[in-house]
Amino acid sequence: MHAFEYHRPKTLDEAAAVLARAEDASPVAGGQTLLQTLRQRLAEPSDLVDLRGIPDLYGITREGDSLRIGAMVRHNEVARSREVEQAIPALAGLAGGIGDAQVRNMGTLGGSIANNDPAADYPAGLLGLGATVHTSQRTIPADEFFVDMFETALEPGEIVRSVDFPIPQRASYIKFAQPASRFALVGVMVSQGAGGVRVAVTGAGPAVFRVPDMEQALALDFSADAIRDIRVPADELNDDIHGTPEYRAHLVTVLARRAVEAALNAG
Amino acid sequence: MATAETGIGKAAKRKEDRRFLTGEGRYTDDIDLPGQVYACFLRSPHAHARINRIDTGPAREAPGVVAVYTGDDLAADGVGGIPCGWQITDVDGQPMKEPAHPALAQGKVRYVGDQVAVVIAESYHQAKDAAERIDVDYDILDAVVSPAEALEEGRPQVHDEAPGNQCYVWELGDGDAVDDAFNRAAHVTRLDLVNQRLAPNAIEPRAAVASYSRGEDQYTLYTTSQNPHVTRLLMSAFVLNLPEHKVRVVAPDVGGGFGSKIFHYAEEAVLTWASRKVGRPIKWTAERVESFMSDAHGRDHVTHAELAMDDSGKFLGMRVNTKANLGAYLSTFAPSVPTILYGTLLAGQYTTPAIHCRVTGVFTNTAPVDAYRGAGRPEATYVVERLVSAAAREMGMDQAEIRRRNFIPRDAFPYQTPVALTYDVGDYDATLTEAMRMADVDGFEARRKEAQARGKYRGIGYSTYIEACGLAPSNIAGALGARAGLFEAGEVRLHPTGKVTVFTGSHSHGQGHETTFAQIVASRLGVPYEDVDVVHGDTDRIAFGMGTYGSRSLAVGGSAIMKALDKVIDKGRKIAAHMLEAAEQDIEYDDGTYRVAGTDKEISMGEIAFSAYVPHNYPLEQLEPGLDENAFYDPTNFTYPAGSHICEVEVDPDTGKVEVVNFTAVDDFGNVINPMIVEGQVHGGLAQGIGQALLEQCIYDPDSGQLVTGTYMDYIMPRADDLPSFRVGTQNTPCTHNPLGVKGCGEAGTIGSPPAVIDAIIDALSPLGVRHLDMPATPVRVWQAIQDAQGSRAA
Repeated sequence: MHAFEYHRPKTLDEAAAVLARAEDASPVAGGQTLLQTLRQRLAEPSDLVDLRGIPDLYGITREGDSLRIGAMVRHNEVARSREVEQAIPALAGLAGGIGDAQVRNMGTLGGSIANNDPAADYPAGLLGLGATVHTSQRTIPADEFFVDMFETALEPGEIVRSVDFPIPQRASYIKFAQPASRFALVGVMVSQGAGGVRVAVTGAGPAVFRVPDMEQALALDFSADAIRDIRVPADELNDDIHGTPEYRAHLVTVLARRAVEAALNAG
Repeated sequence: MATAETGIGKAAKRKEDRRFLTGEGRYTDDIDLPGQVYACFLRSPHAHARINRIDTGPAREAPGVVAVYTGDDLAADGVGGIPCGWQITDVDGQPMKEPAHPALAQGKVRYVGDQVAVVIAESYHQAKDAAERIDVDYDILDAVVSPAEALEEGRPQVHDEAPGNQCYVWELGDGDAVDDAFNRAAHVTRLDLVNQRLAPNAIEPRAAVASYSRGEDQYTLYTTSQNPHVTRLLMSAFVLNLPEHKVRVVAPDVGGGFGSKIFHYAEEAVLTWASRKVGRPIKWTAERVESFMSDAHGRDHVTHAELAMDDSGKFLGMRVNTKANLGAYLSTFAPSVPTILYGTLLAGQYTTPAIHCRVTGVFTNTAPVDAYRGAGRPEATYVVERLVSAAAREMGMDQAEIRRRNFIPRDAFPYQTPVALTYDVGDYDATLTEAMRMADVDGFEARRKEAQARGKYRGIGYSTYIEACGLAPSNIAGALGARAGLFEAGEVRLHPTGKVTVFTGSHSHGQGHETTFAQIVASRLGVPYEDVDVVHGDTDRIAFGMGTYGSRSLAVGGSAIMKALDKVIDKGRKIAAHMLEAAEQDIEYDDGTYRVAGTDKEISMGEIAFSAYVPHNYPLEQLEPGLDENAFYDPTNFTYPAGSHICEVEVDPDTGKVEVVNFTAVDDFGNVINPMIVEGQVHGGLAQGIGQALLEQCIYDPDSGQLVTGTYMDYIMPRADDLPSFRVGTQNTPCTHNPLGVKGCGEAGTIGSPPAVIDAIIDALSPLGVRHLDMPATPVRVWQAIQDAQGSRAA
């Protein structure tokens, strides 16, 4: 790990000011990816801006038909929250399946989505539930937030404040774990609600994506059988020692069907 | 005293766990010496490259740097290469090719992780920062990582001294007799098998702290070793040319080895040498990525194997041709693992009368390959048991029946196999019968149907394995190329108060020797278990030792302690005769008490010990004071643990995921001293064996030679939720040739289990047309096998 300046601002404005001022500053939330990157000397930021001291970034509140979760809320808080469990049990399940207990006690919602790891769970949660991201500067729909592998719509210095999740009628998230890292080799979030049906896939491609063919079929008939024969094209999916593109494409359909069944059973 | 809880055969709680569980273990990295500095090794980022120039100037100028050394500095001081401890003789009678293994690269790097330079600085981070400033000018060369490809014409040459990358071709067995058997065969089963490369993954990474005392002209090396005496011998005599008595090597608490800490590594020699150069103690602790790159790996065989049978399924002959990857350099025992510890095991538990094995040892641009838990025997078992299971399927025979038809019968021991070994004792039918009972084989078809109703394919697989442990009779090992003896040393010291310290040349790095050996000593001397401490891992405290590997500690190290105990008891008899005023031949000894036969005159071991150190009226001409005896034990044969493993799996055909739902292991370990420790060893072994079957694989990129599985993000370790609750039992026939009647249990789980798992999967998927699978049976690979089988059916 190389040397860096450490800051612990108490407000979002203060954090933004440091980020703007420093030569090559990086915000740090739970640090579950960034600290490993620093340890491996793959990143060399001049300054680290620790967001843990900013009270505005915490809290889980239900507001009408939606659930607001602060950017600095830990995965384990979401997993164990009664609010989340009652409103969107699939989201509590998703958070409770991230990493291991240590990771869940440190990792945060905002950190996860700002990093946008192609195999992370939360991006599928946001996209599959049609969430909205509130930042220090603006509001960004999930459909526009996740741009590409490790790339989001966030501008330099822009900080995630919170995420609004519309409460669906039913939803489920199923992931098939990459056996070494236990990240999602493929993870599928399926939801049905006021905004229609959404199917979002993580792990399979360079970034989280939706499957419009499945969404249309499920809108007509929300059953596992309705998507039995729908395959996503393998061409652009990831290829590594844990899965070929064809295998990942196949898993998308298998997991989407299982997610639909689970959503029906839960709902 | 052989109390109810701590006697031989009792599950005494482990003495060492108190310190481990309370955080009081003392590992190499816990040792800090005054004035200590830190080392960071610069490692090759390339699999194969010529070094034109190394510019260490900027690194020397970096903050905190004490020294920077390269291979040239070692050469200038006359430091030798890392030696190999076993010489294999080629089929043409020539010794194997043995290229130099410089402690720091000279002229060339040959694998990713090869050490190029060492930086020594006031802190580890300063050393690491400075290492980044060393400028190495490389000419990158093409690399070769697969043993089969390395032997092909026109491939990159790892060493000029080994044309065609061939280290040796070794053969065992009667080829003509095998040809004859195949000519007479009614059926021949043929398999191409890959036994994949594994990373050892001890929880404690390798580490070393070296220091030099100018006043005493004495070196001390703390290191993560399974055999500190051997490390001292190799390092002082072959690498650094130091007087052996001026070098102390200590292997304190060690957090797992699995073979990878048997070997003498370059870092140990470089640190020891440099500690005198810089005049300060130096510490180095591997980062986990260094462990993946630079610990000696295991396995990595490519094999074609054939089994000839008559029409009743009786084995007539076996033919095995293996290409074994040795990596870029010969690690300490590397040449012996795919030969002596492999070819000799190909008879398995069977009466196969003719066996021929040909092994080609191959250099590649990969980390050195050496012994990893099981070392050769898992590879042999995998070949034999995959062949037998495939043969049963092809001949339409029951898996148990084909095995029973070919077992060496219990009344045929001692049994001379056609591959050099003489098995002393065993009852293979008994372990199989018990395993089948425990596994409820009778209920399997019902379980298969129930699984089918849930959309899962369920299968059952068998492995009836044998291994050779208790390494080794020195005369046999020497004839087979070992450059060292393979005896063990033990010493038993009674103190004046009757307390006992035992010194053993075995080394415990998870095996629980402090408990098992104390149980033996307490029982034999009739003293309380709490009064016995076991000391290991320090060349200054223990006379000598060959260390722990090959499941040898109890069979060889324990036997050495037994010999020392015999000497103590004999000496005690002399003392008792003197004290009881009786003739020595009239003294009987039992459970800590000497008695004059036929009288009530008796004296306890504690009183004898006190007298030995307060010899006020000893007839000194006949009786020497003190009660401290040492012994060396060299076994007369290997021991032959054997057993039956039965695995049941369920496969999800939609995802290819395999779940091990039941695993039964019934093993013959001979006499058992502590059944809890034995069971723990079996559990750990099974976890690693199932890990190999389903999950683990060390992958190098075939083009660049980069290590793809360089972190736990890609190297799949078995975890608790990958494993079932094991059903473990023993059916023991005591070893006939060591004083404890023990065989060894440390590797059996790893040796026996992989073919049982793979054959259970093949059995499960046979309705879908799957006939073959290679390890590891990861989800994608199983799914692909199903697709391929379905595709070829449809075609």
